[in-house]
Amino acid sequence: MAASSRAEVLRIYRVLLRESQRFAAYGYRTYAIRRIRDAFRENKHIKDSAEIQKLVNKAKENLDIIHRQVTIGQMYSTQKLVIENPENT
Amino acid sequence: MLLLRRAGALRGLAAFPARRRLSAASEHGGKNSDEQSKFRPLYMDVQATTPLDPRVLDSMLPYLICYYGNPHSRTHAYGWESETAMEQARRQVASLIGADPREIIFTSGATESNNLAIKGVARFYKSRKKHIITTQTEHKCVLDSCRSLEAEGFRVTYLPVKRNGLIDLKELENAFQPDTSLVSIMTVNNEIGVKQPVCDIGQICRSHKVFFHTDAAQAIGKVPVDVNDTKIDLMSISGHKIYGPKGVGAIYVRRRPRVRLEPLQSGGGQERGMRSGTVPTPLAVGLGAACEVAQQEMEYDHKRISLLANQLVTKIMKEIPDVVMNGDPEHRYPGCINLSFAYVEGESLLMALKDVALSSGSACTSASLEPSYVLRAIGTDEDLAHSSIRFGIGRFTTEEEVDYTVQKCIQHVKRLREMSPLWEMVQDGIDLKSIKWTQH
Repeated sequence: MAASSRAEVLRIYRVLLRESQRFAAYGYRTYAIRRIRDAFRENKHIKDSAEIQKLVNKAKENLDIIHRQVTIGQMYSTQKLVIENPENT
Repeated sequence: MLLLRRAGALRGLAAFPARRRLSAASEHGGKNSDEQSKFRPLYMDVQATTPLDPRVLDSMLPYLICYYGNPHSRTHAYGWESETAMEQARRQVASLIGADPREIIFTSGATESNNLAIKGVARFYKSRKKHIITTQTEHKCVLDSCRSLEAEGFRVTYLPVKRNGLIDLKELENAFQPDTSLVSIMTVNNEIGVKQPVCDIGQICRSHKVFFHTDAAQAIGKVPVDVNDTKIDLMSISGHKIYGPKGVGAIYVRRRPRVRLEPLQSGGGQERGMRSGTVPTPLAVGLGAACEVAQQEMEYDHKRISLLANQLVTKIMKEIPDVVMNGDPEHRYPGCINLSFAYVEGESLLMALKDVALSSGSACTSASLEPSYVLRAIGTDEDLAHSSIRFGIGRFTTEEEVDYTVQKCIQHVKRLREMSPLWEMVQDGIDLKSIKWTQH
């Protein structure tokens, strides 16, 4: 992997995770974080630069979705789940 | 909350003696009502409906905001852009089940699809064929459609199922009559999660030249289904069981060999005349997106759901004795777990577990106090059928949620058993079946 693409992958990985943290809904937040981690782990052995570029583009599209959905989620958020109650954990 | 659980509450309370009723009410009233106002219960009822996937909502929004054209309008761009989106959605649905897009008809949901398949096929071929085969554990809408056909003069065979919830293929073979037009058997059961041998059923139906319809609402997007490998002629699909929107579904209708059906409603002849009425573009787009996401994520979701389901079952079984898992342990979709907790009244347990959204079975029948007909069909004893709870694990379920549910479940089953005279008798070695209950 070229140095520039490695940096780009790491950057988008971090941005995706940071943005997903902002999901108001527990289920969506935990899913997004878990799914992003698993996808990057699954694909970390890919060497082909065209393939990497394709995945990076997909990640960018997903980042846009997450960004919009986080915003909407924050507009219509509800109470937290019982499981998010600090007394329960 | 109180209103929602009223039926449950009445039943649960009726099971307690008067003195306990009071203490139980205050015990739950004080602390929990406070907690409930601040926190929402966990959602563990994904067989009833699933949350909308954010990716699905994201695909729908443009069609709720700017692209509002009627997809059937042929004279302007507003119509064309909606039509393009609708056709794209049709391709996405078709791709998930290995069909041709022209074989997909959008409907309002699996109930409509089931009605259309069963009544539509039966009525179209009624001059020559007057017999239908289905099973006793089908969804209410299939059974009810068959009942109404019986009133129209059709004969229906309701196949029994074995104790594991699966049908006996020999009995199916024997049920065919010269004028059988349709066999309708669901792929994955909505209450106990068992997966019928649809491949074998498809093969048998094809060899008898009888159409095979399957209600796959709980199956598609969760387990691989291919209409050609399985020789399915008609299939019902629902949006809101696969993280898509409510109010939309589809029916697959095979073109070769061609399946013909009589439409249920008259109108503008949309959807090849089989389902008149404007296709709701945003909902259809949502269904398409849900299918695409499901196709991409099936393996990932399945692996994870199996893991969590396994955790839930082993942890509960390890801590509590006399728990029965309903339905075949092998041939099943892992995300639907139906457990019977002997000597505990299911509705009381549901009430105690009010910070977890669970149900004792199908949402459509959860208002009645009758035990589930699916459990009765698999030969579950009346008392065990009354003590069953369905746990649903889905794409957004976390390990923490499973642990919380398990912990609460164990705690309350133990508590309820401690106050049950039946449990006490069982501990003393009395066989409950030997007791002659006298009437007062």
